[in-house]
Amino acid sequence: MNSPLPKEPTFTKESLKKQFRLSEFLAEKVISSVAFLSIAIIFLIFIFVFKESLPLFSAAEKVQVQTETQTITGATVETYGSETSTESEPETYGEPAESLEPETYGTPTEELNPVAEESSEPETYGTVTEDLNPDSASEEVVAVDEKVTQNNEGEDRTWSTFFTTEWVPVSDNPRFGLIALLIGTLKVTLIAMLIAGPLAILAAVYTSCFASNRRKEIIKPIIEMLAAFPSVVIGFFAMMVLATFFQDIFGYDSRLNAFIGGVAMALAAIPIIYTISEDALSAVPKTYTEASLALGASKAQTAFSVILPAATPGIFAALLLGVGRVFGETMIALMATGNAALLSANPFESVRTFAATIGSEMAETVFGETHYSVLFFIGSLLFIFSFILNAVAEFYVKGKLIKKFQGK
Amino acid sequence: MENTMDIIENPFSKSNNNKGKEIKEKAVIGITQIAVLLIIAILFVILGIIIYQGRDKFSWEFISSFPTDGMTKGGIFPALIGTFILVIVMSIAAVPFGTITAIYLTEYAHEKSKFAAAVRFSIRTLAVVPSIIFGLFGLGFFIQFMGKGMDSTFNGGELHWGQPNILWASLTMALLTLPVIIVSVEEALKTIPRELREASLALGATKWQTIKQVVFPGSISGIMTGTILAVSRGAGEVAPILFTGAAYYLATLPGSLSDQFMNLGYHVYIMSTQSSDVEKTMPIQFATTLVLLILTLSLNLVAVVIRSRIRRKAK
Repeated sequence: MNSPLPKEPTFTKESLKKQFRLSEFLAEKVISSVAFLSIAIIFLIFIFVFKESLPLFSAAEKVQVQTETQTITGATVETYGSETSTESEPETYGEPAESLEPETYGTPTEELNPVAEESSEPETYGTVTEDLNPDSASEEVVAVDEKVTQNNEGEDRTWSTFFTTEWVPVSDNPRFGLIALLIGTLKVTLIAMLIAGPLAILAAVYTSCFASNRRKEIIKPIIEMLAAFPSVVIGFFAMMVLATFFQDIFGYDSRLNAFIGGVAMALAAIPIIYTISEDALSAVPKTYTEASLALGASKAQTAFSVILPAATPGIFAALLLGVGRVFGETMIALMATGNAALLSANPFESVRTFAATIGSEMAETVFGETHYSVLFFIGSLLFIFSFILNAVAEFYVKGKLIKKFQGK
Repeated sequence: MENTMDIIENPFSKSNNNKGKEIKEKAVIGITQIAVLLIIAILFVILGIIIYQGRDKFSWEFISSFPTDGMTKGGIFPALIGTFILVIVMSIAAVPFGTITAIYLTEYAHEKSKFAAAVRFSIRTLAVVPSIIFGLFGLGFFIQFMGKGMDSTFNGGELHWGQPNILWASLTMALLTLPVIIVSVEEALKTIPRELREASLALGATKWQTIKQVVFPGSISGIMTGTILAVSRGAGEVAPILFTGAAYYLATLPGSLSDQFMNLGYHVYIMSTQSSDVEKTMPIQFATTLVLLILTLSLNLVAVVIRSRIRRKAK
């Protein structure tokens, strides 16, 4: 019984201690820093999209800088804050103008002196679309030239035009009425959600509550296949087929309009709403269903008055993400909504959404112009909006679901 | 028989006063069924119309020849090649990144780690950010910041990388498809039984060795699924490459990463909205859409098959 301990136990405290291995340590660090990058990307996206819209916020400083630099004609100025101001470079696209850059110390603004446009031809960004839209391209040259003369007041006016209803970015008196775009975006989103929401949720209810397992296995992949349709294909289909089809039925004037855009976007939103609501409905504990059926409720009663209410937070999340998808959808909006920033409540009028505005106009702007900054500003708005939607869907909904199912 | 049942009011009996309820029940289920059928019908109508309209033009010649006569005739060869290069460069960038992140999330992250929660949240955010924002980011970060920065340090300010090209478009697309890869790899990693890992560790292998020789080989199919889904997504997206590298028309194939490229989705977009003669090029547009659709849907189908196989194995 009292057998003495061996003098040298096989496992000493020392040998059981986790050994420090350099390769292990490095592997873990490298892997977690790669994982960290995905957090960094979110920040970078926000920073770099927002950064390009910064000139809007420093309009006052900008005027000051312009007066300083206006004396040196023909020079392109770009200052990236203080840390890069020493290596600032010419910024006109496609035309590397060799010129001296006057340094502007202490003004963290990033801009393109419009004076430069007089000497160097304004090259539009994507040279490809330039020759396709001869109207807008030539219009822009005029606009840029004219802007030089009245730039100072123009800069100050940008902000105040945000809350007007006219979106006329390219003219001698540019107006950036975001309200018109906002109304257009909301209109399309509303139409799309009115179609996609009920349809997708009903389909999800059928799949998770009524369908047999075999049917479920067929239905789910097919509807999810709709998610694999590229948005450009849906946009193309809406533009070529749906637009003509609905025009024959309703007989409205503008072939491409908010309604067509909404229908097409509903097609893009359906798989998202369907998949997430189906998950939410399937996550409702089996005991709920069994209890309800045991009390004598029918299948349909169980589905609509027990399972559906229990899954409300998840379905709410599904709808939120559907809204996010529709709100930021670019290609469908570009192709199917007609792209005219009209202000009307009629669903059969053309509209212009935020995302489509960025998509169609970015190629025609000049780096550093007010228009360019405004488009990036719209981009930051879209980013913030989708970020908030996702955060709400994530935290609020998840918290509620967990509480509900754990009976707290 | 029925009479006695009615007296005790058996809730399960199907008597006359329950008939109304029964009809209602059937109607409710019928409505949900109609919703499903409607969605599936729409899907097949889209597919059918595009196949029907595109089938005449769709041929090997169409796929393998250059567009001619100001893009009103000829094929889509450069657009197809451009799309291939795009998705290849994109995969090279996104797959290792996505795989490592997924390995972190399943192997290293503690269940309650705040950092892992933040990583997961970022990935989901990345999945819902509108694709046009990626385009803006590509323009603001890759072209204006990285490209211009590279030019001023290496090329003495000469414009080479600071303009739209394949590399920047692919990297932008890589960010967009990253969540797709991470989610698939993570799912595959989770199907590897815990016992395998524990056995490896018990045999004296270190954590890194376990990951390298036990976990990673088991996740190859997941990585493949993720890559295929990402390629399918990347081939179809247009918004991110609108201003990071897609070109309207190029007479030659891109020779280096700093060239612009043609792209199938972008080709569909410009042909249908900005072509000189939209009516005349209609068959080309439908055929191009058909090629794009075949590409994305077949890739997706392959991924779904592989994925269901992984799931079955896990069971």
